[in-house]
Amino acid sequence: MANISGDKNIDSVDYHAIEAMESFNKFVKKKNTFLFSITAVFLTLYILLPILAFQPVLQQKFFGNITGVWVYSAGLFIMTIVLCTVYVKKAASFDKAAAAILAEYQAKGGN
Amino acid sequence: MNLVSVGFFLAIVGLTLVVTYIAAKRTSSAADFYTAGGGLKGWQNGFAIAGDYLSAAAFLGVSGAIALTGFDGFFFSVGYVVANLVLLYVIAEPMRNLGRYTLADMLTARFNEKRIRGVAASGTIIIVILYMIAQLVGAGALIKLLFGIEYWIAVLIVGVMMTTYVLFGGMTATSWVQIIKASLLLFGTGVLATLVLIKFDFSLMKMFDTIATDHGEEFLVPGIKYTSTIDSVSMMMALVLGTSGLPHILMRFFTVKDAKTARSSISWTTWITAIFFSLTIFLGFGALNFVGIDKILAESKAGNTAAPLLANYLGGDVLMAFIGAVAFATILAVVSGLVLTGASAISHDIYGEIIKGGQLTEKQQVVAARTGSISIAVVSIILALFAQNLNVSFLVSFAFCIGASANLPVILYTIYWKKFNSTGAITAMVTGLLSCLVLGAMGPNVWSPVEGAAIFVGNPIVPLAVPAVITVPLGFIAGYLGTVLSSSKVPQEEADRIYKEIRVKANTGVSVSDISH
Repeated sequence: MANISGDKNIDSVDYHAIEAMESFNKFVKKKNTFLFSITAVFLTLYILLPILAFQPVLQQKFFGNITGVWVYSAGLFIMTIVLCTVYVKKAASFDKAAAAILAEYQAKGGN
Repeated sequence: MNLVSVGFFLAIVGLTLVVTYIAAKRTSSAADFYTAGGGLKGWQNGFAIAGDYLSAAAFLGVSGAIALTGFDGFFFSVGYVVANLVLLYVIAEPMRNLGRYTLADMLTARFNEKRIRGVAASGTIIIVILYMIAQLVGAGALIKLLFGIEYWIAVLIVGVMMTTYVLFGGMTATSWVQIIKASLLLFGTGVLATLVLIKFDFSLMKMFDTIATDHGEEFLVPGIKYTSTIDSVSMMMALVLGTSGLPHILMRFFTVKDAKTARSSISWTTWITAIFFSLTIFLGFGALNFVGIDKILAESKAGNTAAPLLANYLGGDVLMAFIGAVAFATILAVVSGLVLTGASAISHDIYGEIIKGGQLTEKQQVVAARTGSISIAVVSIILALFAQNLNVSFLVSFAFCIGASANLPVILYTIYWKKFNSTGAITAMVTGLLSCLVLGAMGPNVWSPVEGAAIFVGNPIVPLAVPAVITVPLGFIAGYLGTVLSSSKVPQEEADRIYKEIRVKANTGVSVSDISH
């Protein structure tokens, strides 16, 4: 199946076999769900800044003369650092999952 | 120009030349030239990417913009920082796993067609030239101001330096120049911010109180420059999405050995940029309070010398000379990265892969890379000399807009969308690119009813300074329609097979060399 196009140089990794593995597809689905839901969250929070910045809610003073826009912006900075740390932690677990899938593939005798 | 300035200036030139000399000895293959042999460590690449972010526009431009317009200037800081997350979450690792030297390499891993490579390389060259003209014109003006050197001589000095780094030291030298510059910039900004804080007794409240009472509460909220929500939303969109589509940033992911190192690079970049851009508040408000708007405007209408002027107030000639030298290093580092990226598109994509069909020997590739570097440098220098009297700083925002509208959609579709085909890739890139250029050319940066405010006199047809809010959706829609309305150029089974391979590579980082037999 992997060699449908008829080329003679079969790659020594059978990508098709890995792609067909249930564990691989579960892993990719889980990973993409995580990545895209977090991305949707931070992009939404981010684009709310230029929208709310012109509304009274962020134009009012929060602490002394520090207005809402600065506080919200500081929040976005903190969000960036936190989500960066979350990603690095989560990615380490993805690395393990990917390694397990490759181990499973090799154990099956896929060259 | 005083002796201290000359001293710092020569020290920077000397240090970077030593780095280039060492790098030159390690640069023998095409991989060395374009990607430093993929041998950079995470922190090194992290500093180098931060160096790419922290261009003169970011350092001088943002602190000046905050000094002149208050919160409106800080929008940029927020955009640059959050942009790291887009890179980290959806771009960095698949990019590293799929690419080799250029964006086009990554796209052609899925669609092996010369037209894809051609369009992607053309987009890269256009972004590089726009970005470079803005940097060179800014550099000429800045050096003229700091050192009293004539504009054309200043542009030539920067031009010769950038060409030297790239020509002899390739990506290794370019990266180290970035690392040195990012460290110096972080240090210099830290010193300035600390000195400003001392003046305000280390109290944020006191700084904001002083700004509110002495300069007006309008500095504390947006509105001095940006008055419309849609304009700000559009600009913020270009910043956060465009970063992930800028070819000189994307290229940096090929300088590390694997996805894990690409991840740690961005982690470093995130911390560095978050710290740096937090400090821009102190630089901006410090300059507003201690230097004053009149004095800043007298030196530069865009406020580009606010930071050096603040340094002069806080630390006299020595600190000003140091900050001036750091600004010079910043410009040199960023334009070098651009030369290298432009060269990769001309020499590797267009000459090596399209014209010669990838049949060049290692030695021929290196010669081509060096020839390409010289060509792109010469073209940019000539354009910069002609653009001296034009206000071209907006070209950087055009570059971000193209990155977000032409490159980002095609990158995301290539990695994540199974049905995507090569016609969709072409329509996405061409639509994104053209819509940015056309709408941008009809916008207020090019047309203004006030003589001298823009390039032409007249009313702008498109009211948006940065049209990203229109062009980004256009890029995505064009990619979608191009795909569903056309049939795949290769048989469906073959297209599926390639996508499966891409999917496995992108998600596991596996390649032939990783699996032992």
